Amino acid sequence: MAPKKVDKLATVVLYTIAGVIIVILASLLGYILVQGVPHISWHFLTSPAKSFEAGGGIGIQLFNSFYLLLLSMLISVPLALGAGIYLAEYAKKNWLTDVIRTAIEILSSLPSVVVGLFGFLVFVLQFQFGFSILSGALALTMFNLPLLTRNVEDSLRQVSFMQREAGLALGLSRWETVIHVVIPEALPGIITGMILGAGRVFGEAAALIYTAGQSAPALDFTNWNPLNIASPLNPFRPAETLAVHIWKINSEGIQPDAAAVSAGASAVLIIAVLLFNLVARYVGNRIYKKMTAA
Amino acid sequence: MDPIREAMLRPSRSAKIERRGRLISLVCISLIVLVVLAIFFFVASRGLATFFENKVNLWAFLSKTTWAPAVTDAHGAPQVGALPMIVGSFGVTFLSAIIATPFAVGAAIFMTEISPNLGKKILQPVIELLVGIPSVVYGFIGLSVVVPFIRGLFGGTGFGILAGTFVLFVMILPTVTSMTVDALKAVPRHYREASLALGGTRWQTISRVVVRAAMPGILTGIVFGMARAFGEALAVQMVIGNAALLPHNLISPASTLTSVLTSGIGNTVMGSLENNALWSLALLLLLMSLAFNLLIRWIGKKGEMK
Amino acid sequence: MKKILGFLAVAAVTLLAGCGGGDNGESITAVGSSALQPLVEAAAEQYQTEHLGVFINVQGGGTGTGLSQIQQGAVEIGNSDLFAEEKPGIDAKKLVDHRVAVVGITPIANPGVGVKNLTVVQLRRLFTGEITNWKQVGGKDLPVVVVNRAQGSGTRSTFEKWVLQDRQPIAAQEQDSTGMVRSIVASTPGAVSYVAFSYVDATVRALALNGVTPTDAHVTTNEWPIWSYEHMYTRGQPTGLTKAFLSYILAPATQQRLVAKMGYIPVTAMQVERDADGNVVKRGE
Repeated sequence: MAPKKVDKLATVVLYTIAGVIIVILASLLGYILVQGVPHISWHFLTSPAKSFEAGGGIGIQLFNSFYLLLLSMLISVPLALGAGIYLAEYAKKNWLTDVIRTAIEILSSLPSVVVGLFGFLVFVLQFQFGFSILSGALALTMFNLPLLTRNVEDSLRQVSFMQREAGLALGLSRWETVIHVVIPEALPGIITGMILGAGRVFGEAAALIYTAGQSAPALDFTNWNPLNIASPLNPFRPAETLAVHIWKINSEGIQPDAAAVSAGASAVLIIAVLLFNLVARYVGNRIYKKMTAA
Repeated sequence: MDPIREAMLRPSRSAKIERRGRLISLVCISLIVLVVLAIFFFVASRGLATFFENKVNLWAFLSKTTWAPAVTDAHGAPQVGALPMIVGSFGVTFLSAIIATPFAVGAAIFMTEISPNLGKKILQPVIELLVGIPSVVYGFIGLSVVVPFIRGLFGGTGFGILAGTFVLFVMILPTVTSMTVDALKAVPRHYREASLALGGTRWQTISRVVVRAAMPGILTGIVFGMARAFGEALAVQMVIGNAALLPHNLISPASTLTSVLTSGIGNTVMGSLENNALWSLALLLLLMSLAFNLLIRWIGKKGEMK
Repeated sequence: MKKILGFLAVAAVTLLAGCGGGDNGESITAVGSSALQPLVEAAAEQYQTEHLGVFINVQGGGTGTGLSQIQQGAVEIGNSDLFAEEKPGIDAKKLVDHRVAVVGITPIANPGVGVKNLTVVQLRRLFTGEITNWKQVGGKDLPVVVVNRAQGSGTRSTFEKWVLQDRQPIAAQEQDSTGMVRSIVASTPGAVSYVAFSYVDATVRALALNGVTPTDAHVTTNEWPIWSYEHMYTRGQPTGLTKAFLSYILAPATQQRLVAKMGYIPVTAMQVERDADGNVVKRGE
């Protein structure tokens, strides 16, 4: 009967491990929320930050975070899709492909401050984009691309070969097979990867300090002309995001309520990531159902 | 010309689409490779300047223990000894991987073999959420919870490799777990069925068949997690204490390559020795992640041969 | 595929649209010292509300970043905690110095150390590692935990210049921000470090030096020697908006109201003047 006992024991241990992980996350979340939620109010969420007085909000930072996330996903998702398709479907199995793959993976373990400085020298100074959302989005793209590409490639690879053969047998070209058959099938995996990437982007600070900047000039929310400097849509204005704001008030903040603002902002950040996860999951399921027969 | 012959020779619509699609994907991958090359070149050119322009001895860089690039020693050579940071980086990386591995593998087995339903409904979102928590927040929780806890338990300041290990453990857990899940899922179903049919219990099946078959994938996940730990900056920097000292135990303040790099880079002037020395650390990081990657590749190859 | 093309098109259009819209109104960028950033930011905010259509972009990034960017001419103003002469790799002759404020720096300790006053020599020995226990300076029996700022930071350079006087500090913890230093000192028994006056709060204890308390009044007379100017460097004499903005910050009204309110010491209040080599002269002599 020993194997059965071992089996029971192992099951208990595995349940415990799963439980411990959930407890760790729950206490993390609980800690952040308990510290932060009392500071969240409508005023906090909508008003601009104050540089040295109490009572500042995070309205602009919140908007900046979402806008920056949108912009960088807009740039990085198509690129990652294309690159992932190339690696999964077209790349030959040779040393060149190996080198490309290694290069991309190395990029992913580079500390983000290096990416940020590179972005600073190239986008901010060389291309004259200045401290702007665009520079930030491009830096985040570089930071995000390796993981996204890898994720797309993996998801495509997991689609069974029969699906491709079916597509090809119907007279579709390889590309059409990929677009119409393989990608819809791989969509849940790709979307999970995008959520993870988006979460990372949303919380990234080090890569943005030198690119999107650490100031959040007042925005005119009635002006939707992307060319105007006060417009929220202008990609050429500096934009401090929520994560950068948390970092900044914790490091050099002289507001009397810095600790409260930081705790509140952290809670908002976590809640945003949480909501984002849920929405993306829901949308992903809907798209998947629509695009496949499942 | 014969219209049929002409029609046959002209590329079909599909062929055109195919060519265009191939081109698009090729452009994407080239762009990424270009970016990677640019960063490599950029980091390497600045990182190597320490040795070629400022004439720092490579061996001294790797083996000396005093990090004060602005100060010269008795022989007039700048003191850029990176050994404490190298030791610190490897210390937190290996320790956090050692702690994270059982948790990650256990969670992954739970999600794929024991209770896929609970796994998908609870553990999967939990783990994805862990990724979404920004490193700044991890750092501050480390600072306000982990560091005082260690101080209360062991004395000292609480800052050090142990605190860094704790924070990194939680941070790399999702990476290792999700990659292990992928590896376990890739094990064909008939392996499990064969083992169960032979009368093996669930645990015997898992431990002797599934995990063994998925071993290369699991190892890859662990090394991947280590690569992430090696490159993490903000959170570690807040809890490790940033003292460029050789750590003599787990609770004395230490430093990592990334923590010194991140905290110093804004305070130095581009092109000066202090700045170049920091870029040398970045170059070292690049080379290390190259090493980690080669290791992953090697593990993958070993797995394939079976 | 259409979707991908669509995405690419949107990205391209955004890029192009942005490029066309880069130059509306007059705009300048000030980069550098994170200690000076809040002041310049607040001043820029006020200036922009008074003068519509101008845009002043204020960023941190550190003294080193500020000086190297202004040296390369990449920005209009480089903010620095140090004289450009003190930073290796910077050619100070090309830059024009505008001292906009003064910051006093005080040693702080964990409230539990039982010491309120030190001599300069004692303070120096604390940071060089010769004194390892607070009881050696009349405090409790508690090991000293030194917390430093990151190498090259303006605050650390100032502190080392006036307290350590070119001796090497003990290799110890380093933090790259004032907020971190303060929270570590507040929570670690026996910790000692140094911060700008405006960051001192109830969680840490500011130490007096030779019986002189760290107050603004003592800085203005140089009785409290650990202080530094906050500099805004321009490459060559400033023109246009840069000039207008700098004179706005230096105007007595801004100095008295904004600068003082934010915890800096107005340059106009200083009774002494100090140059890059540390020579002190009485003002107006």
